[in-house]
Amino acid sequence: MTAVARSGGWPFHGWTTMLSICVADRLAHRGDFALGTLMRFLPIVTQIFLWTAVFSAAGSTSIAGYSRNDFVAYYLLTMVARSFSSMPGLASGIARSVRDGSVKKYLVQPVDYVGFLLAARVAHKLVYFAVAAAPFALVFFLCRSFFPWPPEPPVVAAYLASLVMSFLLGFLLEATLGMLGFWFLEVSSLIFVYMLAQFLLSGHMFPIDMLDGIAVGSAGWSLSLGDIVRLLPFQYTAYFPCAIWLGKLRGADLAVGLAMEAAWVVAAAVACRFAFLRGTRRYSGYGG
Amino acid sequence: MMRYLRIFATFFQASLVRDMTFRLNFLLEATTSLGWMAMNLAFYLLVFSYTPEIGRDSGWTKEPFFVFVGTGLVINAIVQAFFMPSVEEFAEMVRTGGLDTALVKPVDAQFLLSLHRFKFSALANGLVGVVLIGWAVGRLETPPPPVAWLLYPLLVGCGVAILYAFITALAAATILMGRNQSLYDFWFYITNFSRYPAEIYAGPWGGPLRMICTFVIPILLVVNVPAHTLALPLSGGDRRLILVTLAAAAAAVGLSRLAFQAAIAKYRSASS
Repeated sequence: MTAVARSGGWPFHGWTTMLSICVADRLAHRGDFALGTLMRFLPIVTQIFLWTAVFSAAGSTSIAGYSRNDFVAYYLLTMVARSFSSMPGLASGIARSVRDGSVKKYLVQPVDYVGFLLAARVAHKLVYFAVAAAPFALVFFLCRSFFPWPPEPPVVAAYLASLVMSFLLGFLLEATLGMLGFWFLEVSSLIFVYMLAQFLLSGHMFPIDMLDGIAVGSAGWSLSLGDIVRLLPFQYTAYFPCAIWLGKLRGADLAVGLAMEAAWVVAAAVACRFAFLRGTRRYSGYGG
Repeated sequence: MMRYLRIFATFFQASLVRDMTFRLNFLLEATTSLGWMAMNLAFYLLVFSYTPEIGRDSGWTKEPFFVFVGTGLVINAIVQAFFMPSVEEFAEMVRTGGLDTALVKPVDAQFLLSLHRFKFSALANGLVGVVLIGWAVGRLETPPPPVAWLLYPLLVGCGVAILYAFITALAAATILMGRNQSLYDFWFYITNFSRYPAEIYAGPWGGPLRMICTFVIPILLVVNVPAHTLALPLSGGDRRLILVTLAAAAAAVGLSRLAFQAAIAKYRSASS
């Protein structure tokens, strides 16, 4: 990119080239992609019936502040949030490229490795949304009665901002994890621990509000498990955008939440860049 | 028959040697699946902190439900350990022509292709399932009668047979389509329907869905019938469902066998 800038062309030429290469690659299997996306909604059918059964037996119209419709809407919205923040194969791909030496081609060319990975992910997401828009629209139309339509424009704006930041946070956290491959040749166990924590603590599996009733602490102090989980960055990759759309966060809580999410993005970006710089300093590549 | 048992024993031994050669990998795989399983159990415990049962008057209170979960773990562990590793290689064999090697060998192709590789780390979840069943059965209000204990292993076997038939049919589809990654995803998503008691599928949409998943694609019989037999008192309808499960397992295995043979007959080698 530096070379492009020096040549006097459009400064983002390198980025757009990387983006167009990745878009072409992703569009090659668009049919399989669309079918796979539609199938990912099948577990939602089970969730609808599960929570209907739970509410019928609980004898209550609200669990942890969520109605039955809220639960269904929540699970559908987590699919949107995860489609932004999930980065399949990113950390393991970085670790593999360090292990097999293919990372060196990025180190000797005037291409920023993290920038290239980001462009590849943006391309992946652009194609994903282009192909997955129809299945998403169909499912959300069929399930429209579960949603408290329509949120006010500022809420929609906050929701969209949280989604964009959830993409960046998901990318940066996984990229940082992958950079640990410069120190440990095998990071699959770390990736597993991260995925487990991510799935459990992000709100992907259930709304974090369900943990508010579980107290943690001793006689002197006490916090709810939900409060502790909210201190971690994982919630911004699933729970937080959904909570915004469903109106669980308003006013100052919403503003503080968005500011915290932005702070986590900056912290993750610093960590990622730091890991890359320190990692490449200790890296040795040999041969062609 | 003895010849096939000897071949099976050889595959079993070879897979065990392979798994034990990479012991750390074996432990990591077992830990991974135990981690996901523990997370699911935590989720169920959380749900039961908000409700006494899954479905009003369904009988699926905490202990019977954990018998259900344990049964699901055992059945899925058997399928994941003994059938899935072989079938996962199948699509690649069709695409690359590696299937030819299997077809020219003097053994039944379906036997060879679905039982040549095992993954023993997948049995870890099954062991936890057995412990879970033991814990939950000991806390049931009504202990299972002796006939339930006699029927239970047979019905677990039927559940395994139905899932085996299902993945065999998908393997047959692989031969016809060349590549079917989405179909294997479909297997994962369709078996998702069997993760909860059939009683949750109620109402104008749930009723027909339950009928389809019981009598057309009998996925709801896989865990529900053995778990129900052990954990809840049997009514007349439940006894009929046991007979349906026995018939469905036999029919599913038979039909999938026919589908596999028809697909093999249409197979054209991809190799030179």
